[in-house]
Formats: sequence, structure tokens, C-alpha cells
Amino acid sequence: MALAIELTGITKRFPGVVANDNINLAVAEGEIHAICGENGAGKSTLMKILYGMQPPDSGTIKIRGDPVELHSPAQAIDLGIGMVHQHFMLADQLTVLENVILGAEPMRSFGRIDFEAGREHLDEVGRAYGLDMNANDLVETLEIGERQRVEIIKVLYRGAEILILDEPTAVLVPQEVDELFRNIRELKASGSTILFIDHKLDEVLEIADTITVLRQGQTVGTVKPEDVTAHDLAEMMIGSELPVPDAGTSTVTENVALEVAGLRVIGEGDRAVVDDVSLSVHRGEIVGMAGVEGNGQAELVNAIIGLDDPDQGTITLLGREITHFSVRSRREMGLGYVPQDRHRDGLLLGFTLWENTALGHQTEPPYSRGPWLSRGGMRDRASTIKAEFDVRTPNIEVSAHALSGGNQQKLIVGREMVAGPAVLIANHPTRGIDVGAQAAVWDDIREARAQGLATLLVSADLEELIGLSDTIVVMLRGRLVARLDPNEITPRDLGAYMTGAALEAERTGGDS
Amino acid sequence: MTATLGRLPAWARWMIYAAIGVLVLTVVQGFDDTERLTAVTSSQAMLRWAVPIMLAGLGGLFSERAGVVNIGLEGMLILGTWFGAWGAINYGGWAGLLIGMVGGALGGLVHAVATVSFGVDHIISGVAINVTAPGVTRFLSSEILTGYDGGSITQSPRTPGVGKFTFPFLAGGDLFGWDTPDILGWFTNRDWFFVSDLTGLARGLVAHLSLATMIAFALVPVTAWLVWRTRFGLRLRICGEHPVGGETQGINIYLYKYFGVVLSGALAGLGGAFIASPELGGIYLEGQTNGRGYIGLAALIFGNWRPGGVMAGALLFGYPFGVGLRDLDGSASHALLLVNTIALVAVVAWALSRRRRIDASIATGLGLGAAVWYFLSTTVPDWWIEILPFVIVLVVLVFFSQRLRMPRADGLPYRKGEA
Amino acid sequence: MTGRLAHRLMLASAAPIAAVVIAVVLSSIVLLISGSNPLAAYADMVEHASKLETQVDILNRATPLYLSGVAAAIGFRMNLFNIGVEGQYLLAFIVSAHLGAQVELPAVLHIAFILVVAMAVGGAFSGAAGVLKVTRGVNEVISTIMLNAVVISGLSAWWIVEWQAGGEISATGGRVGTEPIAESGILPNINAWLEVFTREIGLGKKLTGMLVVAIAVGIVYHVILNRTVFGFDLRASGANPTASHVGGVSPKRMVVIAMALSGMVAGLVGMTELMNTGYYPSNPISLLGFTGIAVALLGRNHPAGVAVAALIFAFLDVSSGILQISGAASREIVEIMKGVIILTAVIAYEVVRRIREREEAAAAAAAMATSPATAP
Repeated sequence: MALAIELTGITKRFPGVVANDNINLAVAEGEIHAICGENGAGKSTLMKILYGMQPPDSGTIKIRGDPVELHSPAQAIDLGIGMVHQHFMLADQLTVLENVILGAEPMRSFGRIDFEAGREHLDEVGRAYGLDMNANDLVETLEIGERQRVEIIKVLYRGAEILILDEPTAVLVPQEVDELFRNIRELKASGSTILFIDHKLDEVLEIADTITVLRQGQTVGTVKPEDVTAHDLAEMMIGSELPVPDAGTSTVTENVALEVAGLRVIGEGDRAVVDDVSLSVHRGEIVGMAGVEGNGQAELVNAIIGLDDPDQGTITLLGREITHFSVRSRREMGLGYVPQDRHRDGLLLGFTLWENTALGHQTEPPYSRGPWLSRGGMRDRASTIKAEFDVRTPNIEVSAHALSGGNQQKLIVGREMVAGPAVLIANHPTRGIDVGAQAAVWDDIREARAQGLATLLVSADLEELIGLSDTIVVMLRGRLVARLDPNEITPRDLGAYMTGAALEAERTGGDS
Repeated sequence: MTATLGRLPAWARWMIYAAIGVLVLTVVQGFDDTERLTAVTSSQAMLRWAVPIMLAGLGGLFSERAGVVNIGLEGMLILGTWFGAWGAINYGGWAGLLIGMVGGALGGLVHAVATVSFGVDHIISGVAINVTAPGVTRFLSSEILTGYDGGSITQSPRTPGVGKFTFPFLAGGDLFGWDTPDILGWFTNRDWFFVSDLTGLARGLVAHLSLATMIAFALVPVTAWLVWRTRFGLRLRICGEHPVGGETQGINIYLYKYFGVVLSGALAGLGGAFIASPELGGIYLEGQTNGRGYIGLAALIFGNWRPGGVMAGALLFGYPFGVGLRDLDGSASHALLLVNTIALVAVVAWALSRRRRIDASIATGLGLGAAVWYFLSTTVPDWWIEILPFVIVLVVLVFFSQRLRMPRADGLPYRKGEA
Repeated sequence: MTGRLAHRLMLASAAPIAAVVIAVVLSSIVLLISGSNPLAAYADMVEHASKLETQVDILNRATPLYLSGVAAAIGFRMNLFNIGVEGQYLLAFIVSAHLGAQVELPAVLHIAFILVVAMAVGGAFSGAAGVLKVTRGVNEVISTIMLNAVVISGLSAWWIVEWQAGGEISATGGRVGTEPIAESGILPNINAWLEVFTREIGLGKKLTGMLVVAIAVGIVYHVILNRTVFGFDLRASGANPTASHVGGVSPKRMVVIAMALSGMVAGLVGMTELMNTGYYPSNPISLLGFTGIAVALLGRNHPAGVAVAALIFAFLDVSSGILQISGAASREIVEIMKGVIILTAVIAYEVVRRIREREEAAAAAAAMATSPATAP
């Protein structure tokens, strides 16, 4: 079979890191080729090289047998390569049409865009692949699944024959993944070549014709899905079995540490984004919170840690009502927080590690004495965290942006844990970090739970939720719609609750 | 009433708002026995004062739509005044405008190099340009203007301007040598209540209009067309909304950012050249921009980063300048106090209809203050009209800042290949 | 360790040195084009600055520039752009001059009273912009600029008019201004302190006592910023307001406090002139606020860096005066120099920051590689 893509000896170095080390990859025309590897294995870098976003330091790229040098995405697009990025590349304030035609605008005289022609072409493409779209909608009004369809249409609109999909399932529930896979198979049927980046093994085995595994920037091997098991793939990816989140025996006590009662938060447009939510977390308990992104979890978390003021209801921490307390007093009372977005909410990227370890606890010893900072105390504590939580860094004087994502996360988790919190809000604590760090974070949370920590775990990783939680609650459109036992639920069922399908079925008296 | 208004096209709605505004001005000036609020000279002065503010604002629009905050507009305006005056004196009025644009564009280029290529914080770079520009013009003055007859280190000799134009029919301008009837003038001379005021103001907008002013106002629809209907505009906007997204679709983001910022400087330079032209200054004078670059930035914010809004803001901020220009006894400024009160009452009504209680109470307080001052005095000191435009900017921003939406990636650093 | 420290120092000073060198080169080219001899001009300036009396002038000029620079730096540290130092110091100047002339107090108290009034006025005026920002979303750049315009073209004029009507204006040394402050309210000059090291200062030059206040302000700024929890909160909130909010620092509160503190220091800027002349003149020394922003940028908001920057700017301003007399070049050349220094400095700082980031990332990655358990 003819090769659509052939990469030979691709090497890409970043300061101090070899992201891609002599990588070879051959993709046959018309196949679905999965690139598999854990976070930080170099998958995204490789795809950016193939898409012209970053030049490789060495190595050759052949597209349909012709060697090419790619300096910009424009060239890759001209060669019929399209990429759907892990983080959506859509401008919220532009319409679907504007987003799609950008860079390939149909033109009229005087530099005017022929919007009409664009709309017709967009509808054509949409019909051909069964992806329906209203061209005039603003992107900000679309749901996550719809946005992903816009991304795919964007690529198809340009007539791409080679599609790169970078972790497209990361933000989808299992049901949406099914829908996506149907689309991918249709694309393949119409002759497209698809490069599918993922680290979820079952998905890879389901969709791929060929699988190439990367590990620490190197190609480990290329296999056929029928020849391997998930276990084999894991072995190739990390050299051992993938760590599995497991809560172990229950340590739940009778003492309620965090109680939320009748909480309501009004968002933009006078809509309740958190609507009459009540839940309690006991000492020694992990309550998992599931939900498709944008259903009020973020707002609920913000209300609990004190970033937003709720409009109704109460929050009680260790028996004291804290509904309108400042963030600082909540933290001093023993509320820990691991934020979802490390860079935005968790770190001072330009500051040293020892300063970062104080953030959120700077009013307390050993970080300070009265109004005075204690630099010695801060440094000591930072060294402790570095050692105990295995933060890989040359020293504690480097600034936080120098660390890898996994090490930044270990630093944050360490910072919260050494403070000895009574309640921890863990918001997507393992998102985008390597398996080693992931396993470490799970261990830390589990250990603290045994000591009596009450944890509210918000996550999009359904395996993580089911594996770690003592109880799972599901949030949909601002409300808690289900309370589930993790021992009796599969990710697929959980997905059905998250999209509301299961509730719909219950209501109509169908299967539960 | 508001429902019917809402269904009209935007231009028609604005015409009605304008007519209501004029009605208010007409009624109010009767109390103070002045006609300056609706005089032809006032509307013409308003236009002239609005032009540099508007050009700075439109300049800001190109820059900020491309994601680069341009507080350096003031400096680019300053460069425009000097280069505009120098060009006009040496090569004539039109060349002055053009050379002023080049001067401003050079300032824009420096800003683009610093912010786009080197990733310097936009405000820091803008401030640096604003600190540098007066130094550059002062040095140039010391080297060049001092050699001119009537020039000195702080000012130039008189500058020549460009031609004027009177619309045929509307204001009785020439049409191929035919002296057309002056329709608006006819109405104005009738002295009919309100109608004559309306036509008087309107006539001021179409008679003896500087060609430079006409070009400036023509730039408003041109900008709208360029930014929202053309490929250039779409690509410019993606730089301000989601540059990385644009990059992944093959757009050379740096290129369009450069375009936007340099164009921004050119428009501000044109505004500066206009200030030094006979329409306003008639000479180059150190410090004559008087913060209008910043007011242009405020007009951009007030106008929600849209050309029509920029124009509305520029006219609003330019009006008190126009009224104050020949208001020797302060009666017109005094009458403006009542206009302010009425405008604030309108804000209160708006705020209450949206159930924005805080806005309503602030507006009530300010409105009461203006009313009390109005009724307890017969005239206001001349410094009031000097600061009124700035006060209006502040008050307007106090009420509207939270309702605005700037381009999402405005002011954020962008580097190629770092997605 | 010392090697690394030397390397860091070199990186830190590379940018400003490069800026000054580029400025000198560019100015030389400009001077050559305009037909002057740059070497002669620079020689004149340096020679002039080597005189003790000129040095006193430079320090007197650097003092308000330093205060203005620190005022701007406090804002910058919080990622706030207090462009309003100009208006704040002029307003504080006129109010404290007026009130200072109205009271009779013993010397120390009188001086303290005047300084406190100046700080309070500056702080309140600047804090108002902070309040507008956090409650009404008004960008502080625009609001402080508008407040500047209000003060510069309105308020000062108004008070002058009012006082004229009330007969409070007196002709002082041929100039018009507020009523002079009594002797007890004037900070004495510190000529004696300098004369200990050198000789007697001639030409009637007086070294301002505000220099001591400025140094004290610099020390307090340094200690608060780097050694207190409040300073940590301020720096953190300026660097990343959302992460700091999560970490218990209310960004709104910090904005208002930082603006107020910045304004308080800004209020002191005009005190150098007030303590010299004793009254607010109709044409006070202006543009110190805007220049202060440049000084803060050049000095990297660091207390010592701002001091060096203030001295550089003061040197250029003062020593260029000799060019008018010697005729070696147009004295306006220093305006070009100041502009080029500031533009190249902000660019050079950014370049250095990137180099440092890359070096750190490389070092951290190297540390990872030594422990191969996990992928980078």
C-alpha cells in the first residue's frame, strides 16, 4: 500500500529535553493510524512538526512519497494535511462560518469575502459527512461536542485528505466518543488517512488499523490491534502496567467535614448555574463529582473555596458556616485546593519554587511570623516538599515555569498536603500529567484519606472517578442529578448519567 | 416605543437619538438665553474637534482588533502633528496629511517591533513611545523649526490647509458651476422652533467642510467594511480573538499584527497632522495634542471596539470642546450642566429598566449634583468646559465599562509555534 | 555558587548597559547627521557633571524622579499602570502647599503635617482610580489619564483663581503662587552632610532634604515588598491575580491598596520643590510623573535599579544644560537619548527574560534526566 506519510529520524530538542528522538513513522494511505503514548511521550510535538507548526532539528518528512520541508501550517494545509487540536482553536466571538473559512476564504473583487459561497461549501461538506452546522451561530453558543464538529469541518472544508486528531476523546463522554468514531470511520470510507492520537488503550484498540507507540520521545514499535492486548500496549508505553486508581478499603467516618446545603449561584443572564445543590463530604471520604464540562462544577467549586459568592444556601466547614468567608480564612481553617488549571490558578510561574510553595499558606507558619515573611521557613518547607513528593528539580531556586507539568502538579499537591488540610477540593488533579506523576497524586490523596482527609474530587477521567471515589455524584445543568456507588457502575453508565440520557430513560420507564 | 425603535435599522435609530438630543439642546439653551448649543459654529467646531479623537480611535481599533493594545496613540499623534506641520509647510496641505501619516506610522512600527517581534508588554511599550515621541519632536524642532521664519523650538510657522467643500442642494454648494439652492439654510433662516435648530446643526455638518474632515468621516464606513467584509479584516480579527487558532489555519499572525499596528500609527498620524492643520491649530505647537490620543482610546472603549461607536464617542467627547470654543460669557457651558443632568436622568431610567440599582443611584447622585450646580449659579468658570470632555469620558466609562467586550486576545503576548 | 551569581548579575545588568550603549551610539549618529561633534558634546556633559555644584543639581533632580519612579513601580509590581502620578503629585503639591501655609506648628510636626497631607491627597486621588477599576471595571490607564487631565487643565487653575479672589496669592520673588509656608514647615537642606566628604558647596546650591525621605521611601519599599506577607501578596497578585485569589489574596483589595500606596509616594514628588521654594508656583516643575514611569521601567521596579535610572535621567537633564552654553550640540539631544534608552531597555529586558527562562528550563530538564523513573 502507498504511504501517505513517512517520517524518518525526526529529532526535536527543547532546552534540556529531547522531545522527539530519532522517530520513524510510516502511515499507509486510507488507514486509521493511532499514535499512542503517555503524556509527555512526544506525541503532540511530533504532530506539530508534521503540521508545520514547529520545524524539526533533523529528520525528513515525506508526504505521498515526496520529501517536503514544512515551515508553516499553510504549507501543510496545501499538502492536504489537516489537524484537529486537543485544545479547540476556535474564536468564540466569530461565527462558525468565519472560523471555518479563515485562511481559505472564497473571494470576490476588492478583497471582499464571498460569504455566500463559503456558506454553500460549508453546507455541502457538512451534508457529505453528516456533520450538521448552522453557519451563522457564534461559536461561543456551541456545546463542546458541536465545537469539535466545527473543528473537523474546518479541516474537511479545505479538502484535507490526511487528518490529524490530537486526543479528540479527552473532553467527550463514552456516548460522544461512539459518535466521533462513527464519523472517523465514515471519513476513512471516503478515502481519508487518519492519524489518531490517544493514550486510552481501549479506544485505540477499537478504532485503529495500525498503532505506533511512543515512549520518552522514541518510537517503541508499530503493531496491529489484532496482535496485541491492552496489557501489551501498556507494557510498550511505560514499560510496566498502567497504574490503576484504587481506593482500597473504605475509611469513611461519620463526621461531616464539608457540608453544602441548598446552594444556588446565579450566573450571566440571571440563570442559576448552580441550582439547589446539597452534598456532604465526611472525614476519610472521597466524593467524586462527574459531569460534562460546563454544567456548574466550576462554579460550585468556586463557591466552596470562596472565589464566588453564592446567592442562596450555606456552606459549612468543620461545623462552622463559611458561606461568605474570604478565601484566606477558609484556607486558614483547613481547606486545601488543587486547581484544574495549574498555570492560571495554581502557580506563580515567574516565581521561585519556594515562593510557590507558600502561595495560599503565606499567612501561616512556617512561611511567615506575623506580618513578616520567613524566607528560611519557606525554603525549608519547599525542600521538604521536593523530597517527600518527589518533585524533580535541580533546586528550589528555579522558577516554576521551568518544571514539567507533572512536577508542577506534584508541587501543588505537596503544598496542599503538607499544610495538613481537613478538606481537599481536587479539581481534575491528574489532567495532562504523566502516569508516574498521576500514580503519585493518587497515592497522596489515598494516604491523606486514611488520615481522615475529606476530599471532593472533580474529574473528567471516569476511570479515576470510579477508582478513587467512595461515592459519585453527577452534575447536570447546575443540579445534582444522581448519587451512584462506584462499585456498581461502569464508565459507560456514568457517561449516560452525565449527558442526561440515563435520566431520560428512567423517566420514560425504560431500562435503568 | 423602545420595541419599535429596536426594530429600526441601526442608522435610523441613531438618527432618532440624534434628533432627540438636538431637541433637548434646543429647549435647554432657551433657559440660558444662548444659541451656542445648536449654533452652526458649534456643530462645525464639534466636527473639527472630533476628527483627531476619531482618527486616534479608529487607529486604536485596527491595532486592538489585531490584539495589540495601543496606548502609544498619543505619541503617534504627537509625531503626526510635527511631521504633518513640517510636510504642510514644505510641500502643501495634502502632503502634510500624508507625511503626518508616515510620521505616525513610524511610531506604530516601533510599537509593532517591540510588542509583536520582541513580546514587550503592550502598555509598557506604548508608554515608552509616549515618553519618547515628544523628545523626538523637540529635537527635530530644535534642529529644523528654529531655522524657519516664525518657527521656534516649541512651534512652527503657520501651516497651509486643504480645500473646503459645501454639499450642493443641502447647503447650497456648487455643482459644476451651478449655484444650487441652500435647502437647510432656508429652513434655518425661518427661525422655526426645533426645526431650524435641527437644520442649523445639520447644515454645519455639510457646509464649508474641510476635505480632510470628510476623508476622516469617510474612514468610518471604510473601516467597518475593511474589518468585517474583507479577507484582510477577518485575518486581522483572528489576531485579536484567537491568534493561535489563526496560526493553525495557516495565517501569518505577525504579518497582520504588523499591518494593524502600523495602520494604527498612520491613522493617529493623520489625526496629528489634522491638529496641526488650519482646521484646528494652524501651527505645530508643542503639547497641542493635549491627551487626545488617550481620549481616542476612550472613544474606542466607549464604542465597544466598533467604528460607528468610535465615531459616536469622538463626537460626544468633541462636542464640549466645540461649544466651549467661543463661549466667552460661560452661558453655554452653564446650559450644558442642565444637558448633563438630563442625560444622567436618561441613564437613571435606563439603569432602572435593567434593574441595575447601583448604576441608577450613582447616576442620581451625579445628576443631582449637576442640577444643584445649575440652579444655584448663572454661569460656570471657564476651567469647567476645559475639563468637561475628560469628566464625560470618566462618567461614561463608569456606566458602560462592564458592558463592553474587548477582543479576547487583546493585550496578550503571542509567539509563533508556542501553541 | 559565586559563578552562578556572577552570571545572574551579568544577565541582570546586560539589558540596561546595552540600552545606554545603543542610546549613545544612536545619539552620536543623530549628532553627526545634524553636524555636531558627539565626542565634544559628551565631553562637555561629563566635565560639567564632575563639578560638585552640578552634582547637587543632579541629586536634586534625581530625588523627585526617584519618588515618581517608585510610585510608578509600586503600580507596576501589581500589574497596574498608574499613569496618573503626574496629576497626583500636582494635586498633592497644591493642597499641601495651601494647607501648610494655613497652620502654625513646631518644626518637626509642621514638616510631618505637610508630608502627610501630600501623601494622603495623592493616595486618595490614586485610590479613587483603583476603586473605579474594581467596582466599575474602568481601566486604570484611562481613568488615571483622565484624572491627570482634570487636575492639569482644571483643578490647579481653579484654585489659583479662587485664591486670587480671596487675596491669598502673593508675589514671591517675582513669581505668583500660594502663600509661602512658614520656616517651621520647610525641610532644611543637607549641604552639611555632603560637605563632610568634599568641600563647601558654592553658587548658593542647596541639596534637598527630601533626598533623605526618598532614600527612606526606597528602603521601606524594599522591605515591605520582599520581607512581609503583604509584599508577597502584592507581588503574587500582580504576577497572577487568579492564582493569588485562589491562594487567599483578594485581587480587588490589592488593586485599591496598591493604587493608594502608589499615589501616596506620588504625593511626595512635588515636595522637593515645595521644600525648596515654600510655595506652589503658577508654573511648577512638571512632567516628573511621566518621566517617573520611564525611570521605573528602566530600573526594573527594583528599589536600587530605579535609583540608578533616576540618576541617569537626572544626569542627562542637568548636564545637558552646558550644551546650550558651550554650543557643542543641541541640548535636546538628551531627549532622544532618554527615548532610545527606554525603548531599547524594555526590549532588552524582554530578551534577557527569555534567555533566563530557557536556561532554567534546560537546568530543570537536566535534573529530570538524572532520575529516569518518569518521562519529561
